[in-house]
Amino acid sequence: MASLTSAYPTSKLRAKPGLLERLDLPRRVVFVAAASMIIVVAMLMIFIVWQGTQLFVKDGYSLGAIFDAKWDPLADTPEFGILPFILGTIVVTAGALLISTPLSVGVALFLSEVAPKWAKSIVQPALEIFVGIPSVVWGWLGITVLVPFLADTFNGPIVISLPIVGTIFSMPGFLTGFSWLAGSLVLSIMVLPTITSVSYDAFRAVPQELRTGSLALGTTRWQMIRHILIPSALSGVLTAVVLGMTRAAGEALAVQMVIGNSPTLPEAITQPMTTLTSQITLDMGNTVFGEPWQDALWTMSLVLLVISITSVVLVRVINKRRMGS
Amino acid sequence: MIKGTRRFGALAIAAAMFAAACSSTGATPTAEPTDTPTPATPAAAMASVAASTAPVATPAPTTNCVTGTITTSGSTALQPLIQDAATAYAAECPGATITVNGGGSGTGLSQVLAGSVNIGESDVLANTKLATPDANSLVDHVVCRQGWIVVTNLDVTGVTNLTTQQNQDIWTGKDTNWNQVGGPDLPIVLIFRPASSGTRATFKKLVLNGMTEATGGTTLTLDTNGAVTTAITTTKGAVSVIGFSYYNDPTNKPLLNGLQLDGTDATIANVGSGTYKLAADGNLYTKGDATGLTAAFLQYMVGPEVQGTIIPKDSYGPISK
Repeated sequence: MASLTSAYPTSKLRAKPGLLERLDLPRRVVFVAAASMIIVVAMLMIFIVWQGTQLFVKDGYSLGAIFDAKWDPLADTPEFGILPFILGTIVVTAGALLISTPLSVGVALFLSEVAPKWAKSIVQPALEIFVGIPSVVWGWLGITVLVPFLADTFNGPIVISLPIVGTIFSMPGFLTGFSWLAGSLVLSIMVLPTITSVSYDAFRAVPQELRTGSLALGTTRWQMIRHILIPSALSGVLTAVVLGMTRAAGEALAVQMVIGNSPTLPEAITQPMTTLTSQITLDMGNTVFGEPWQDALWTMSLVLLVISITSVVLVRVINKRRMGS
Repeated sequence: MIKGTRRFGALAIAAAMFAAACSSTGATPTAEPTDTPTPATPAAAMASVAASTAPVATPAPTTNCVTGTITTSGSTALQPLIQDAATAYAAECPGATITVNGGGSGTGLSQVLAGSVNIGESDVLANTKLATPDANSLVDHVVCRQGWIVVTNLDVTGVTNLTTQQNQDIWTGKDTNWNQVGGPDLPIVLIFRPASSGTRATFKKLVLNGMTEATGGTTLTLDTNGAVTTAITTTKGAVSVIGFSYYNDPTNKPLLNGLQLDGTDATIANVGSGTYKLAADGNLYTKGDATGLTAAFLQYMVGPEVQGTIIPKDSYGPISK
């Protein structure tokens, strides 16, 4: 012991270690790992922004020409209005979240508040299996089971009439099962595990004292969940929904297989339509690098990037407000 | 938990894409074109026709074996043929490695132009996709004829033939019910290939004479062969256009109602005689004249083994003599 301290003077122990000393091997390894991730993300963003603006810079299209409903790349003067794709992505995602959110939050509440141990041990692995199923399998199930089911079951016009008021709602039936609804249904299953697990974490993060305090004051469990648990975990649940939204907007393959890919503005949930991702996957292999058509696809990728960055910012803002309050 | 996994998954995919991009540009191996480019496309097509007649003069047709590694990419409609031919060539010539990729006609043309593959396959001529100077730097090698057939769902009974006029009325949205062309009272559902696909471009040119196709609620666009076949079998009143090689697959044929075009059967024989018009050349493009293994493989493609055995087996047509 004594010899050790004499070999290394105490004055040196207090000195700030040099840069090289601080960057020992393990640190260097993790530093390189972190840096390479940032570099890849940065390069990806630079590349997509560069490619995505070529349509305006090189091919001379105006921003207004892009936010138009007419998509006709084969015309003599090709038109690249990507509004049907943007709106398509928005409404399919909205539909999926509308179906999935109540279901996922319900499952999360069940797991966190209600489920006995044995039920948890079944539901949790089941959710993990959901995550592991590749999107092509969901798409394949959609095209072989869901699409024919929708076409056979609701093939007539869907009309809701009241005795005195008359028809309050009418919509063309499914000519084919390929539709907005099919896309939203397939997506809702795919985002279910994301929303469930993030909201589950949010519910678990609510301090146990709040629950016991509430129950001690004589509330029922449902009153406790409604008035204490959900308000406390709300920002976490919102984060879960935004993450689910990002997942849904970015999903390409499964949606492409069931949505019909008809480049028209969405009209009814029974009609075929299209999304940004599905159009990109349909056309990317058949277009040539540098032609306006492919530049338009890059512009669509840029729009997707903007959507995903917006949602990341949204998650940050929500979380900051949670921390602040 | 899941959030983390998802992000890492995305990273892994991004990394894999980067790796793939690097390897594909890096692999420009033995047969880098060195000769001066021949700009005239028809001349090249004639050259390959001449090559096909050459083996008649040679007493015992032996395969010209060259060792090395080459890569091809492009049309998925041509991919089964190129794959089978590449496998057969490699079996005969140890030391030759031919990697066959799909990707679509556009991908094939872009990649061969960029020099990242040795051969780019396309259903359509290069000058319809590329700017003129770029198209002129590529040399076209016609290796086969390929045909497409109009197919419907099995519920469309009583329709065995559509004329060009009827096809135009159906695909432009003028006729919307099968009873307008002698079929049952069933709405027509059009299943398109993507607007950028070679199949769609060929159909539009040869049958629709360039007319604008219908859009809206009765039209679907599907990409993969599997998705198209599944959609036709499950959607009442569906009609689409698929390649012979896919239609003649024994698992698909019983599920589809194949139609005549202008009263002509969709057969390879009728493609060969020129009476069936929905057919086009299969084009393999090289940047400049082919050399080394690329040249040997292209020669093999128009030789007796591929033209006589593999092409009929895969439901393509031999090049016209």
